[in-house]
Amino acid sequence: MSKLEQEGRREFLKKAAAGTVVTLAPGVMLHSLSAEAAPRTEPVTGKVRWGMLIDANKCAEGCNDCVAACDKENGLNLVDMPEGADESLWERQRPRWIRQITLKDNLTGRLTSLPMMCQHCEEPPCADVCPTGASFRRADGIVMVDRHICIGCRYCMMACPYKARSFIHAEVAEKLTHTPRGKGCVESCNFCVHRLDNGQTTTACQDACKHQAIIFGDLNDPQSAVSQALKKYPSVAIRDDLKLNPGVRYSNI
Amino acid sequence: MKKIHFSEWGIDSPRYWGMLALLGAFVAVAGLSVLYMEHNGHWVTGMTNQIVWGMPHVFAIFLIVAASGALNVASIGTAFDKKVYKPLGRLSALLAITLLAGGLAVLVLDLGQPGRLLIAMTHYNFKSIFAWNIYLYMGFMAVVALYIWFMMDWRMNKYYKPVGILAFLWRIILTTGTGSIFGFIVARQGYDAAILAPMFVIMSFAYGLAVYILVLMFTFKVDGREIGDVVLRRLKNLLGVFAAAVFYFTLVYHLTNLYGTENHAYEAFILRDGGIYTLLFWGGWVFVGCLLPIGIVYHPALGKTRGGIIAAATAVILGGLATVYVIVIGGQAFPMAIFPGKTIVASGFFDGVNGQPFLYSPTLAETLLGIGGIALTLLLTFIAIRVLRFLPTSLANEVADPHYAKS
Repeated sequence: MSKLEQEGRREFLKKAAAGTVVTLAPGVMLHSLSAEAAPRTEPVTGKVRWGMLIDANKCAEGCNDCVAACDKENGLNLVDMPEGADESLWERQRPRWIRQITLKDNLTGRLTSLPMMCQHCEEPPCADVCPTGASFRRADGIVMVDRHICIGCRYCMMACPYKARSFIHAEVAEKLTHTPRGKGCVESCNFCVHRLDNGQTTTACQDACKHQAIIFGDLNDPQSAVSQALKKYPSVAIRDDLKLNPGVRYSNI
Repeated sequence: MKKIHFSEWGIDSPRYWGMLALLGAFVAVAGLSVLYMEHNGHWVTGMTNQIVWGMPHVFAIFLIVAASGALNVASIGTAFDKKVYKPLGRLSALLAITLLAGGLAVLVLDLGQPGRLLIAMTHYNFKSIFAWNIYLYMGFMAVVALYIWFMMDWRMNKYYKPVGILAFLWRIILTTGTGSIFGFIVARQGYDAAILAPMFVIMSFAYGLAVYILVLMFTFKVDGREIGDVVLRRLKNLLGVFAAAVFYFTLVYHLTNLYGTENHAYEAFILRDGGIYTLLFWGGWVFVGCLLPIGIVYHPALGKTRGGIIAAATAVILGGLATVYVIVIGGQAFPMAIFPGKTIVASGFFDGVNGQPFLYSPTLAETLLGIGGIALTLLLTFIAIRVLRFLPTSLANEVADPHYAKS
């Protein structure tokens, strides 16, 4: 074997070894990382039921802070209008998890402002109608979509009485790690589940509301701020007639 | 009544291949539309977060509903032992399969993730009527395929009646399931009604028979086969009865809605103020789909002409598409009553501000996908009748009429 050939072989082995390290290292890293994050692999339980009380009296008309905060927290502001799209049509196609609504009472003319989002029903119609089970309710009351098995049929959007869901109508170039998003799937507010799973106890909309109109917490804990407030003030569930027992309640509407 | 013989569709090759090429072109255009929509995403369609089901669903639901109805002709022969319908059974069962295939293709290709069809086959939520429908549709195809085999193979003849009855029962359940997709939606004013399930069954009777009549007359005409007045008169009278039944269900559906104050706004929208939906309701659903065909079928002169029968069947189909459009799109365009007793005066997400309906204008791509479903149905039908013996060689009175000798 000539020296030249030998050197070629040595070079090849070196490169192969380097290639192997580059290929395997991320996997090994990931493995060790996930090992550290062990508590998150434990299933959520029904000991907690996340919920919210929104005081419509405190919610200021024209204020959009909760919407902006949600957009930023969940990467909705990264969803760009596709080139060549019609602007007014795109406005009706772009995703929204929370929205500001102003109501007028038909009899008295009284105006009320409130934020509206997924109401995290105990009996969610979206999960009932979903053919694959992609729409589901976690044990802790959060209703969300498993984006791996959502086929994009939009039956959940037909069934939701709160119009709380959005379909991703276009390719999304940039997305946040904690809120993956793909064209052709349905999504909605998930109470900032990534925060809760990491031990935080607030949602982005709640943090952003300078009027303190949103109280979030554990409905099962009688000492939590939300439970105390619900005990103290009269509140209603929207579309209470449907008996869905939503986790989001409103007062003063 | 003479012995019935069946033969392959015998039209000359250039004409046959020309038809296939034309239908194939429509299917190919629909395929390109799908690629375009799936590549870009649904923003290239008129569908939005408010109108989530659009034109593809109108065509798909029409075809699926018509599929179960197309089987009726065979069922009348098998399950109800009407001799004159027996020779008509094979084509009837074939159309049931091809219409369903066309409708399902459109439905599946409009999914946000059509590549995940395998997930729909492996992950089931049995509380969902959609999941049940996947079984009902697939099972229907299998049962009807078996039915066709038993009809064609004399050795299996003894099992033909039980399978025919099974297919009949299956189709009733299937269309009930399709109607329930809307009937089970409690959130929307236009749906959430138990009557939708039987109304879909009766709609299927009319649409399926209309498609059957047109396909039968066309395939016989171009192949020089004869259809006697006995068969045609029966079919067209039946079509009249079905169109009248659709009209009856329409009346009951809207009259019961009108009784309850909570539905007045929705009824005013569909019946009076809904623009395109009101126009399609009165002009398409009621006039073209019901009154016009009833008028033609029972007209003493028009009802006896072949042109009249073709016009009546065509009217039922066009009226049927209008009906499904009003149900599917109109039902979504009317804003949901999220806050009863209150009017939404401002919203950051199109909540029907001041009761305004949601806008929808279908784009070319989604419409072409829907039309492709019809083309696929005909393409599959024409291939099948060319290679297998689906068509009776003649349906002339002396062949098809069981009472011919007596009269």
